[in-house]
Amino acid sequence: MFDHGQPSYAEVNKDVLSVMLETGPKYWMLLGTTMSVAGICFFMPWIYQLFVGVGAAGMNRNAVWGSYLSNFIFWIGLSHSGTLLSAVLHITNSPWRKAIYRSAEAMTLFSLMTAAMFVMVHLGRVWFVHWSFPIPNQMGLWPNFRSPLMFDVMAITTYLTASSIFIYMGSVPDFAAVRDASTGLRRRLYTIFSFGWRGTAREWHTLGWAYTFFAIFVIPLAVSVHSIVSWDFALSIVPGLHHTIFAPYFVCGAIFSGTAGIVTVMYCLRKFLNFERYIGQVHLDSLGKLLITLSLIWSYINILELFSSWYGGTSFELEALQFKLTGFYAPLYWEMILFCAFVPLLILFKKIRWSWNKMLVISILINVGMLTERFIIVATSQPRKFLPDAFGFYFPSWIELSITVGAFAIFATLFLIFIKWVPAISIYEVKETLKPLRRDA
Amino acid sequence: MSTFVEKLRQYRKPGYYDKFDYHWTMTIDLDRCTGCEACMVACQAENNLPIVGEKRFAENREIKWIRIERYWEGEYPDVKMRFIPMLCQHCDDAPCETACPVFATYHNQDGLNTQIYNRCIGTRTCAVYCPYEVRYFNWFTYTWDEPLEQQLNPDVTVREKGVMEKCTFCIQRIRIAKDNAKDDDRRRVRDGEVVPACVQSCPTEALVFGNSNDPEAKVSKMMKNPRGYKVLEELNTTPSIVYLTKVHS
Repeated sequence: MFDHGQPSYAEVNKDVLSVMLETGPKYWMLLGTTMSVAGICFFMPWIYQLFVGVGAAGMNRNAVWGSYLSNFIFWIGLSHSGTLLSAVLHITNSPWRKAIYRSAEAMTLFSLMTAAMFVMVHLGRVWFVHWSFPIPNQMGLWPNFRSPLMFDVMAITTYLTASSIFIYMGSVPDFAAVRDASTGLRRRLYTIFSFGWRGTAREWHTLGWAYTFFAIFVIPLAVSVHSIVSWDFALSIVPGLHHTIFAPYFVCGAIFSGTAGIVTVMYCLRKFLNFERYIGQVHLDSLGKLLITLSLIWSYINILELFSSWYGGTSFELEALQFKLTGFYAPLYWEMILFCAFVPLLILFKKIRWSWNKMLVISILINVGMLTERFIIVATSQPRKFLPDAFGFYFPSWIELSITVGAFAIFATLFLIFIKWVPAISIYEVKETLKPLRRDA
Repeated sequence: MSTFVEKLRQYRKPGYYDKFDYHWTMTIDLDRCTGCEACMVACQAENNLPIVGEKRFAENREIKWIRIERYWEGEYPDVKMRFIPMLCQHCDDAPCETACPVFATYHNQDGLNTQIYNRCIGTRTCAVYCPYEVRYFNWFTYTWDEPLEQQLNPDVTVREKGVMEKCTFCIQRIRIAKDNAKDDDRRRVRDGEVVPACVQSCPTEALVFGNSNDPEAKVSKMMKNPRGYKVLEELNTTPSIVYLTKVHS
């Protein structure tokens, strides 16, 4: 479990809490950079677009959906692994989960928020977005519950709420640890955050079953969220999107890209927060094996999707298939196949699986591939539906590209704020994995 | 309230249109259509369609509720051109209606697929779901140069940015005809009393509009024509527009 010898209980507290309690100039510089990148690349173009209209983006008459939606799916997908993986591993009692789950769940939370930003950016009249919530009003107006977008609103808000509660509940004993280690305002704040946690046997017992209950509750939610996102596409009759395989395809792709995202985040935590002691080879090895499995499932579903398009044999489907495989965006398609189906196979080699640097490269490549996958879904199908006269073409404008980049800065900003407010590694659960101390040692 | 709910329920019953209100239908005789595009101009004037300009047109962002689709058949020396007017088909099982999260588009008691501009939040899902690609999005707020704003139709709203729009079968004319019928103590609108702008301007009378619930209406007779077909019928959207195919010698 521990690569560099087992730490003592006090050392665990010290290592994890020092990240929160000691802030150097490097942190402020990094935070300033990510915040300004988010402001310049994301919010400024968006404000411009709000004034001008969505026409500032590259979408047009036949291609009314663009990169905003593909980014939305990407970020929802990235959110998938954190809470889902944490919950599954909690129920199956895997000890290697304990050091990484807190950050993984934070990733879920923040990528969901980033995804929600993209819905806002996508909408034509975002100032009326509250109409998509069932808020009772004088006019008796109600949202349309037959709409897959409505399912989306429901699924994402539920998932966001459930994962927030899940991560908070798991952090309560750690908030108490922060409270005990700090003074002044921070102490008073964390007294509130920790709900006056004292660590009695009864409190531990309650936390235990409540946490397991929530873990079971969250798993079907996580699966449903991305299935529902896929229905935004699959419930249309657009050739190339109207496939029953879409829900498992999206869920699998989501967990795939999310797991790759966890590897990337773990690398950064290890590198910049000095968590080498806690995040070790066993985590990398397990995540690597998971990545291979998911990659194989993903490849299988991809083949199945191509096959069912071809086997369906309608001229519309065949045309869509041909455009995807050989049209303008074909290089992107084959890039995606290379990065998501072939590159992960390298993880089969132990030499690569055990090297943090190589795994970092692979995990980033996987997510590049997954980002293009989502772009291809949006850009190759819906501009070319049934009537050839109305075939269109979509290419993102510089505003869309800038917002795409800015979203990563938003995510990084949120994550940087997170590591200063919440212990990035679960202190009490890492302690559970320590071997009992020998008295004579 | 309960009567209101009952009324809503009745609207949802299949076959409701046959028993109660109108079912507005159009037939388009492709044998008569010359592709002159007068319908497009008439629609543009009647429904306050914005003039998007050359640049926006090149970006494929024009708004034309009715368009003439052009198809070429065969290779160069032996080439033939076919064209077909394409407008909102007012499908009875419209894919766009289930898509809208806020009910900005819905089916009304006249069998019309209506679009409520005020309610639209611009998710553009309806346009993706529409197989006929007849929904047009306002990518910008368009303005009319002097003195063009003088010719705006006061019966039709001007749409702002971020709103989806499409053919309404000139719902403002339907409303006026219904009001007139009510004022004259008639229960029904007479056949030929409602004429949408495109139908009115068609020089060859290729377009016929009317209430297909009335078996005596001209449009009902035209629909029985053996040349009749519906575009993309295999998608089961049950469109309200019947095309009469061109007869080739």
